[in-house]
Amino acid sequence: MEFLVASAIGIMTAVGLYLVMRLRTFPVILGIAMLTYAVNVFLFASGRLTIGAPPILRKGIETYADPLPQALVLTAIVISFGMTAVVVMIALGAYLGSDDDNVDDAPEEDTPGKGDAA
Amino acid sequence: MHWIIAPVILPALLAPFIVLGARYHISIQRSVSIAGSLAQIAVALGLFLGAADGTVTLYQLGDWAAPFGIVLVGDRLSTLMVLLTAVLALFVMLYAIGSRWDERGRHFHALFQFQIMGIMGAFLTGDLFNLFVFFEVLLIASYGLMIHAGGTARLRAGVQYVLFNLLGSTLFLFALGAIYAETGTLNMADLAERVTLVDPQATAGIRVASVLLLLVFAIKAAVVPLHFWLPSSYAEAPPPVAALFAIMTKVGAYAIIRVYTMVFHPELEATAGLHGVWLLPAALLSLAIGMVGVLAARKLDRLVTFAVIGSMGMVMVSISMFTQDSIAAALYYMVHSTLAAATLFLIVDLVGARRANLRLSALPMIPGAAMISGMFFMAAIAMAGLPPLSGFVGKLLILDAAFTTPLMAWTWAIILSASLISVVGFARAGSTMFWKAKSLGHQSSADDTVAPPAALSLVAVGGLLSLIVVLTIFAGQVHGFMSELSAQLFQPEPYISTVTDTPGKLSTPKEGY
Repeated sequence: MEFLVASAIGIMTAVGLYLVMRLRTFPVILGIAMLTYAVNVFLFASGRLTIGAPPILRKGIETYADPLPQALVLTAIVISFGMTAVVVMIALGAYLGSDDDNVDDAPEEDTPGKGDAA
Repeated sequence: MHWIIAPVILPALLAPFIVLGARYHISIQRSVSIAGSLAQIAVALGLFLGAADGTVTLYQLGDWAAPFGIVLVGDRLSTLMVLLTAVLALFVMLYAIGSRWDERGRHFHALFQFQIMGIMGAFLTGDLFNLFVFFEVLLIASYGLMIHAGGTARLRAGVQYVLFNLLGSTLFLFALGAIYAETGTLNMADLAERVTLVDPQATAGIRVASVLLLLVFAIKAAVVPLHFWLPSSYAEAPPPVAALFAIMTKVGAYAIIRVYTMVFHPELEATAGLHGVWLLPAALLSLAIGMVGVLAARKLDRLVTFAVIGSMGMVMVSISMFTQDSIAAALYYMVHSTLAAATLFLIVDLVGARRANLRLSALPMIPGAAMISGMFFMAAIAMAGLPPLSGFVGKLLILDAAFTTPLMAWTWAIILSASLISVVGFARAGSTMFWKAKSLGHQSSADDTVAPPAALSLVAVGGLLSLIVVLTIFAGQVHGFMSELSAQLFQPEPYISTVTDTPGKLSTPKEGY
């Protein structure tokens, strides 16, 4: 199980990083989404992997699931979901405004000396 | 006792009221915002004076004891930053109202309050995950403020800003996961005790975590090479918003000071070398690149953004020496650089509203040029660190703190030459924009529709400038206080014991239970 979870985190991070370095907004946003999935699983695994263990202290039980990372993951999911929605809206606005969805700065249209009145 | 949560609660209540109750009444929004800012200053001043004698105030949310519940902690550093934010917010708000920027889009005041809430929370919290949450609160409000009033160029810069910060947040979560996996706690005081217990043979995890965390804070503080988000986004943001953002880079610096003096302090063997070997050269580089950017900028707003990077570099140089003197100097410079950067952004707007563009080229004189150029002159002196204003005092303190460090020659050489370059950069910009304009005469009568600056805007800029003057005049007292503050940071035991030993739910029952 450790290998499966670890490789899942690794592959998602790799895919996310590759997509983030693309030039257009759509792949970059997908990349960010992949990275947040990866980090959610990573946070989940930070409380150690257990199967079928109770999260609340009880008599006669030795192994427990750590409930805190699950709470952290829930917070992280909500936040990243909201943030992704925001970035999609802003990116749509930028795309519709400039008819161009590259993430880099637009080439500067000014030529030196043009603005000089003297 | 409960006052320490007021800086977070107050804007959190005002913002929904502004959205729900005063949506179509800009005058009510404005008065609520101003009243909120004034109340915020009063509360912040109370907290500041309460912590000035060295007491550490603890607030347990829901009365849960420290490592289990979230705590807010007010010591000298936190309350100083809260006070600085409150004062800056008032002046920025006055300017936004005076220049009518708040009318150019919707929900400016509500977003502004949420932004203040996030910043205040980030300064007061004593828990790393809570710090992440408040970072997100301030970021999501800043996304809204950044694209306030719209426009394609602003939206494009907004996309870059949001994407970069989303990456930063993801990195933050990776760091938190790694820290939790290694130590089993995210409370800063508890963490400070637990990292010393990590097996010296197995420090790989905690070292990775501390580097990741430093990267996150360095992104916020715009340390080279993680500064790329800053120039476009600050230059394209509405200028009053950019002025408020002047405190946001300081959130990163604050977090570095807090975590890397208390948790991963320089004496900790596992993470030794992180400060001097990595952070200091990066800080020197950002100082150099920032000031070279000032000289190279072709537009006034870009020039100011690079000055912000440079001054953050200066702050980080001083922080990364991690001695008591250097942290004190860094804090003095941080207060100064927040005020100076905010003033410059506001002046850029005063100029930009009266010129066809902000390119550094001679255009006919703008209305009200005498006043505006005078203020630019003063703010530029402060930012470049020329005598007599506080930038000079701050730089002197930093140079003095660097005198005994091993990299003294490098530090002095880069600070001094960067200052020279920035002086040249600001002088060039000022003389092109204002002096050359004089020879071209006044603008033709067709442009006389542009009104001279509103009184409220001038009050805001003048107020910030007078704060810089006050900071200069009382430099001795302020530096004395910063030294006490820094001493408190280097003796974190009272902070740690206050947080971990105060009883609450889940610890030993209180009397009467």
